[in-house]
Amino acid sequence: MTRHYSALSLLKEGLAGQKGWAKAWESPEPKPRYDMVIVGGGGHGLATAYYLAKQHGITDVAVVEKGWLGGGNTGRNTTVVRSNYFFPESVRLYDMALKLYEGLSRELNYNIMLSQRGMISLAHTPAEMEMAARVVNAMQINGTDAELFGPEDVKRVLPIYNFGPKARYPALGGVWQGRSGTARHDAVAWGYARAAARLGVHILQQCEVTDFLIEGGRCRGVVTASGAIRADKVGLAVAGHSSQMAAKAGFRLPVTSYALQACVSEPVKPILDTVVLSPGAGTYASQSDKGEMVVGGGLDRIPSYGQRGNLPVLETVLSGLVEMFPAFRQLNLMRQWAGIVDVVPDSSPILGESPLPGLFLNCGWGTGGFKSIPAGGVLLAHLMATGQHHDISRPFDLDRFTTGRLIDEAAGSGIAH
Amino acid sequence: MQIFSCPFCGPRPEPEFHFGGELGNHRPAPDCSPEAWAQYLHFRTNPRGAAEEIWLHIPCGELFKMHRDTVTMTALPGRALGDQP
Repeated sequence: MTRHYSALSLLKEGLAGQKGWAKAWESPEPKPRYDMVIVGGGGHGLATAYYLAKQHGITDVAVVEKGWLGGGNTGRNTTVVRSNYFFPESVRLYDMALKLYEGLSRELNYNIMLSQRGMISLAHTPAEMEMAARVVNAMQINGTDAELFGPEDVKRVLPIYNFGPKARYPALGGVWQGRSGTARHDAVAWGYARAAARLGVHILQQCEVTDFLIEGGRCRGVVTASGAIRADKVGLAVAGHSSQMAAKAGFRLPVTSYALQACVSEPVKPILDTVVLSPGAGTYASQSDKGEMVVGGGLDRIPSYGQRGNLPVLETVLSGLVEMFPAFRQLNLMRQWAGIVDVVPDSSPILGESPLPGLFLNCGWGTGGFKSIPAGGVLLAHLMATGQHHDISRPFDLDRFTTGRLIDEAAGSGIAH
Repeated sequence: MQIFSCPFCGPRPEPEFHFGGELGNHRPAPDCSPEAWAQYLHFRTNPRGAAEEIWLHIPCGELFKMHRDTVTMTALPGRALGDQP
């Protein structure tokens, strides 16, 4: 069977009628016991399993997913990767993820179609320009790439922008991060799943976790639709549904679940070759490799578990888009959807052991889960394998809500929630 | 556009309303532990399904309570905070 993906194996299988490809991953029967179990088969869960096996040699691992791989927020985001945050702790975390993304296709032997096309966060007013300069300063001091753009720079990277004298959102400049870009979201989930499965990880789809096994005040495994699975340690990477799992484990989280919408247009010829974000208009957009305009914006303002989204937010997002890019008024929308994101008061993730010993948390990424998948995986794997925080994950422990040492990126980099 | 019902103004469109938190999150005594204060300030039940919530109707400025389903998004008419139950 052909397992490795390369030009040579493509040629070989092409000549052999494509009959020899090995399955990307198997669907094994659940064992009654694993060393470690990860709840949630999205990007973060699959990455955690991969790094447990790869970096810590722990291969007796199962990823338990109630639906299909990457069917939650991993398959519902707008595929943007970036590290333009304000606080040192955040830049360390998100830049770790971006650096791992840069080498991920090679590491996983799976093309995640990373395209570092650069991203511009636009500033429309003098006050926003001052904030942009502040963020650029912070990013450069924290060791990641950032550039303060003026109006001419914006004209260079966004020639189709509305620079008219009556433009509602004049482009004075903004924050440019050249290493930002997009990656194929499904490929990230499938690449991690395939690489983890090759190292011996069991991937159990259509297997919903209904409860935890709790003995002597410790988490000893999970109860699933197909029976109990015991484990020494359990990791939780279920994003917007973290509160429900926490309730089964007997604690609450500082999380509120909201719908985050996105939509795509019909495919058109290449016209937009960067990622553009306008915090002022509440809109961001990029063009996919297929030519679709991928458009997103801020959260719905109503706590929700319905993966649909509501119309007022969509109206805000799209009115901002067509005002900034008048040419896009001709586009027809093809699809609209929403993912349920786990929003935390300080807009920073939660990584660490939960109040139930033996159960480890990876949640609270809010609107920024996709870009952080490799870091979330490395850090949760480190926590579960060693029982200790990684230096980078320490500031993001759940205890910050009691000590008051919050990392408020809503105030820092202007995350819109 | 979803319609919510303010107990004072009647049915109004959703952009006029602002989510005010979960009902029953009472402030503990000032000399409580840091853990109890954190629970009050930050930690939430975040229910999936039936929810009892505080909402603000922005035009009239009144807070009220509302029963809502967070999956189907159906909402019962709002009740004044003093109403029982």
